[in-house]
This record gives sequence, C-alpha cells and structure tokens, in this order.
Amino acid sequence: MSLHIKNAIIVNANKIESRPQDILLEKGVIAQIAPSIENGQHKIIDAKGKYVLPGLIDMHVHLREPGREDKETIETGSQAAAKGGFTTIMCMPNTNPVIDSCMIVEAIIKEAKRVGLVNVIPVGAISKGQKGEELVDMFELKKAGCLALSDDGKAVVNSQLMRRAMEYSKMVDILLIEHCQDHLLSCGSVMNEGYNSTLLGLKGDPGVSEAIIVARDIELANYLRVKIHLAHMSLKRSIELIRHAKSQGIQVTAEACPHHFSLTDEEVKSYDTNTKVNPPLRAKEDVEAIKQAIKDGTIDCIVTDHAPHTAEEKELDFDHAPFGMVGLETAIGLVITELVEQKVITWPQMVEKMSTSPARIVGLKGKGSIKEGYDADVTIIDPQMEWIVEKEDFVSKSKNSPFIGRRLKGLVTTTILGGKVVYQRKQGTFT
Amino acid sequence: MVEWTKHDLLDLSDLSKEEIGIILETAKSFKEVSQRDVKKVPALRGKTVVMLFFEPSTRTRISFELAAKRLSADTINISLSGSSVLKGESVLDTAKNIEAMNVDVIVVRHSSSGVPKVLADGLQASVINAGDGCHAHPTQALLDMFTIKEKLGGIEGLKVGIIGDILHSRVARSNIWGLTKLGAEVTVCGPSTLMPIDIEKTGVKITFDLMKIIKTSDVLILLRLQQERQQDKFLPSIREYAKMFGVNKEKLQYAKKNVLIMHPGPTNRGVELSADVADGEYSVILEQVTNGVAIRMAILYLLLGTKGMEEDR
Repeated sequence: MSLHIKNAIIVNANKIESRPQDILLEKGVIAQIAPSIENGQHKIIDAKGKYVLPGLIDMHVHLREPGREDKETIETGSQAAAKGGFTTIMCMPNTNPVIDSCMIVEAIIKEAKRVGLVNVIPVGAISKGQKGEELVDMFELKKAGCLALSDDGKAVVNSQLMRRAMEYSKMVDILLIEHCQDHLLSCGSVMNEGYNSTLLGLKGDPGVSEAIIVARDIELANYLRVKIHLAHMSLKRSIELIRHAKSQGIQVTAEACPHHFSLTDEEVKSYDTNTKVNPPLRAKEDVEAIKQAIKDGTIDCIVTDHAPHTAEEKELDFDHAPFGMVGLETAIGLVITELVEQKVITWPQMVEKMSTSPARIVGLKGKGSIKEGYDADVTIIDPQMEWIVEKEDFVSKSKNSPFIGRRLKGLVTTTILGGKVVYQRKQGTFT
Repeated sequence: MVEWTKHDLLDLSDLSKEEIGIILETAKSFKEVSQRDVKKVPALRGKTVVMLFFEPSTRTRISFELAAKRLSADTINISLSGSSVLKGESVLDTAKNIEAMNVDVIVVRHSSSGVPKVLADGLQASVINAGDGCHAHPTQALLDMFTIKEKLGGIEGLKVGIIGDILHSRVARSNIWGLTKLGAEVTVCGPSTLMPIDIEKTGVKITFDLMKIIKTSDVLILLRLQQERQQDKFLPSIREYAKMFGVNKEKLQYAKKNVLIMHPGPTNRGVELSADVADGEYSVILEQVTNGVAIRMAILYLLLGTKGMEEDR
C-alpha cells in the first residue's frame, strides 16, 4: 500500500523547500516528489504546517536487551525511538552478554524486525567482552549486521590494542566508535571536576580524561590514515582538538548529546541522580563550545546516548546510582528549543546532524535525505507545538530524565518507516 | 533579632550570619545544663530523635544522643553500615519507613554526599546532617565556632588556618562557610594533591607553607589524615606528610601566643599533630567535644523546641 503525504515542507540537509510538496511513498521508497500529486488509491497524510524530514538516525542508544530487560527492551526502546522521530537507531554493545558474537547480533536484529518500528543496527564490541584485551571477530560481526564497533562505556585504553583495531577495521570497512575516557583518571568520579564538585563534595572527572583519549585517537588516525568516530563529546578542549584535526584532513568525526548542550554541572546541585551521566554534565564554557561545534561542523552529528535505568537504581545515593539518562523522546524537542529556536543552527543543519551525517558516517545507503529513490523513512514534525516533558508520557520503560517538567517546542507528529506509519501522535499509538 | 525558621540543618552555606548567631547563643545556655548535677531539661519531652548512621561514628553519634537525652527526647540509634545497605537500598525508602513511626528528627550520616538533602526533600521530619561524604558536617563547624568564640571572644577578624586533607574534608568545607560568614579570614594549607579544585572561589586563601600559617594564625584547625591517601597516590608517604604538614611542639614555638589548636577527632597522633601538641596547653580538642553536646542541644531545640511549646499551649 502506498502513502501520500500532502502539503509537505521538505527539509533536507542542504535546504528547506520554500513551497509545499506532495510526496508519494511506494514499495518502501520515495517514489515521487512533486508540487501536486493526484489523489489515487493512497492513504493520505496532510502535513500542512508541518516539516517533513528524512527519518532521524541515532547512532548511540542503549537498548539493554539482552540482560537488563527491566530497564528497556528492544520493543520498548523501539517505541521510544519511533515516538522521538527516529527511524534508525544503533544499539551499543554493553549488554549482558556483550554484543561480541554473531549469535547476539542476529538475535537483536531478529527481535527488532519482529517489533518492526525502527531499523536497529547493533554496534558490536571492539574487544571480546569489552575487556580491552582481545579483538572481536570483525569480519563475522560485520557479516552478521554490525556496521560499527565500540567498547562504549569505556575507552580502549590500551593504545596497542586500539592501533590494531583501527588497522584491522579499515580492512574490514567497519566504523570504530570510541568512548573517550581514561578510566584511571576518571576512576570513582560521579560528576564534572570543578568548583561545583568542590562545593558538593562529590568526586569529579577531570575533563582531561576525555581530551587525552581524543588526542591519542586523533594521532593514531593520522598515523594509520584511518577513520575514527568519537562518541558523546562533552568538553571544550576536545572540540579544539577535533577542530584542529579536521583542519589537517585527519578522518575524525564526532557526536554530541542534547544534555551536553543544554545542561551544566550546576544541575547536580540538586543531587538529583537523573543528572548523573557519563561523560558528566560540564561547565558553561564547555556547553558553549559544544553548541559552537555543532554550528561550525566540528561536531558531525547529534545522538541521544539514551541510557535507561530503573527507578530503584536511580533512587540510590548519588555515589552509587548508575550513570545515564533516557533521551530518545526528548532529543528533537531539545534540539529545536535549544539550537534551532536559539538560532545556533538552521532546520537543514538539524537534518544534517540528525540524519544525513549519521547515514554518511555509518555508510547507510538510501537514507538521510528526502529524495526520489531513497528509503521511505520519514519524520513529520510540528515545529510550533509546545509541550511539557511529563514523566507519565515516556513510552520508554525507564523515566530517568533530568528534563521532566521542562517546556519544549517542536514535536514529532508522524514517523514513517519503509513507507509505513509506525507512530502517529494524535492517536498516540504504534501501528 | 532574626527568628529561627529553618526546618532542617543541612549545611552552613544555607544559613545566614544571623542564624548561625542564634545557634551559638542558644548553645551557650544549653552548655550550662550539662554542667548541672541533674543534666536534663524537659524541652523536648515526647519528641523522638532517630540517629540514622550509614557510616561508623562514635563521637558524633554519642554527642547527638546525649544532646537529645538531656532535652528529654526519646532516642533511637540505627547503624547501617553493611555493604548491602550502602549499595542496594534506597536511603529515602529506609528513612520513610522510620518516619512512618512518627519520629520528629532524623539525624543522618552517610558516606555519600547529598544524602541528607535528598532525605530533607522527601521527608516531613526535620533532617540534621551529621556528616555526608566530603560535602558537609555543619554541627562540627558550629561547635568549632562556638569554641573559638568562647575562647577568643569573637570570630570577626580572626585568622584561621585549616591544615591537612582539604579535598576529602567535610569539616573543612563547613568551617569555610561558617567562619567566612562570621568575618574570619580563612587560609587552607595542605599538600597540593589534597587541595580541592577552585577552593579559593569560596573566599579562602591557599598556602603550602605550614610555617607561614602557624606564624600568622589565631586558630589552627588540624584535619585527620586517612592512611589510605598514600595508597591512592595522593602522597609519597605518610612520613613525608608528617614532616611537612604535621604540627609539633617545635613548630608551634613560632605561633601566636594564644593560638588555639583544634581537631575534629579522632586524632592521628604522630601524623597531623604530635601527642604533646594534642595534649598541650594550646589544645582545646576536648573542649570541642564538650561543646559539641551544647551545639547539638541547641540545634535540636531550635528545630523542634519552639514548635513543641506552641503545641503545649
């Protein structure tokens, strides 16, 4: 069955269309884009007053399955993603067991297909069991469906192992994603190191723990002439290093999360464990640097680092509560409110950061643009709609968000995957 | 005169100069109670004070317990320092269960910073912070200020040196807030590795020169050095620490004539101070302990007492 979107203001990474268009989705692809398409035997969606974007892609999500299905499952995580406007998500390997074998990759893909709400691309580990000792079987993992590898949650601190991983991954043609943090420097930390950690009596993570791995990976990438993707950048100094590396033609790409451009470590003063995240919320100058980097292209993409945790765990004291916050359902609202409305970036830039660049970095063909012949993954957004983040409204299994109570602008009204509506806000249901 | 309106005591950063003054004044009259033959007044009769200690403590717990008993309150001690509790249970849930038995005050100590605030936000009962992580220990700072005031007549304009492991010290942090609010000039001194980042933004000066601080201070507050700081690579050796930052009689020769030597206890004799200094003529360490009871009586009374009297009427 085909789907006909009428009166669409199409936003692509290069431009926002000045006139509304009609889009016809057929057989899983964008069949036709024209000023007006005749009503046929199609289901019609009227997008009047709304923006129509290529389906959003989130390169950094924790789905918790297998192992911690009490926090999130592939099904609930897919629902949260669809509600947040994402049509493709990449799930990180720090599950239990770790995603380091074909069997687990295949099981995740199979379950994601059964759920059928978003494309789920597993990210495999770089080292077996994420132990930082032996490399995973990269060829096999790629064949099974991994398009990237990461030891997310920790860095590959052993530089020799990282060198080998980079060299080998180039041959395999699979993306490496580094979680940049020297754990010996950040050991025991629960927030950013600075005046606020001094005031609060909490152990701080010195940002240099991130910058050291950023610098090292840039040096390795330069020496080996390979690509590296740096996860969740949080620090002004990291931005400076990446900017310099890019100016020298080193093949480094980087991502940032909404909480790192919209919150500072001042938030921790509440001792609310929902503000505990890794890398931690940083200082104001870091937040400003991240925004600038998103604007000038030093940061290539925006990801959520969606990290669901149960209420029981987040009710522990600040030292013992786990790191992380959910992000899939608040990301688009935060990007529009904090970046687009504040004139940091334009709508096309937003599409670039949240769809086009991720598709390019991961090598997803047919995704990242609203273009004839491309996949019929589409996100429709009401740019004017204002809403308040309510705990009860999360469809994710976990509700650990520091943004609860915040007023945001811009809301996903429809998410379409492969030409099929998977989320429609009015009914609030998944189809 | 400012009236006492606070419901909890979490840290001195939350209190005004005037509120600190009220506590110190109130403690003065309660100190006298402890010197009587019959060391008891009925101010908190019928009130229940629970000591909820998630971290081992002898001195502070006993001090609170005596303070409550001398005010005729009923007291319960709960010590939960097993690792299962530390890691696996919501502290707020535990506290709510205790509160459900109609207690009036929960005195809490926890190794994790912020626990008293979380409890205060979630409970009806008053919460007193008896020490949380490296964050705050307000009653210790108040008893320190009470002792200084009693000995030297006032606090404004005094030079106070705080020496030792500032990084991990909740006593140092609370004293910094209290003493600077009352007009003292505070200098912190210790190894550079044990100095919290940006501490000077609180209004204190920093020195690494022990002799300089000994020569210029009216009051020296020495902090306990935990032996594990050496294993954690903060220090080359405890021996070198004792040499460079330990206070002994010889170094004290250069101090001001009426210098006060203070320590929150328990002392590590031979490390941060020598035995002859701890027991010497300048030491007021035991008077601090005595005054601790008076300060805690004052706080319990201020948080509960006036309310209680209104109910009686």
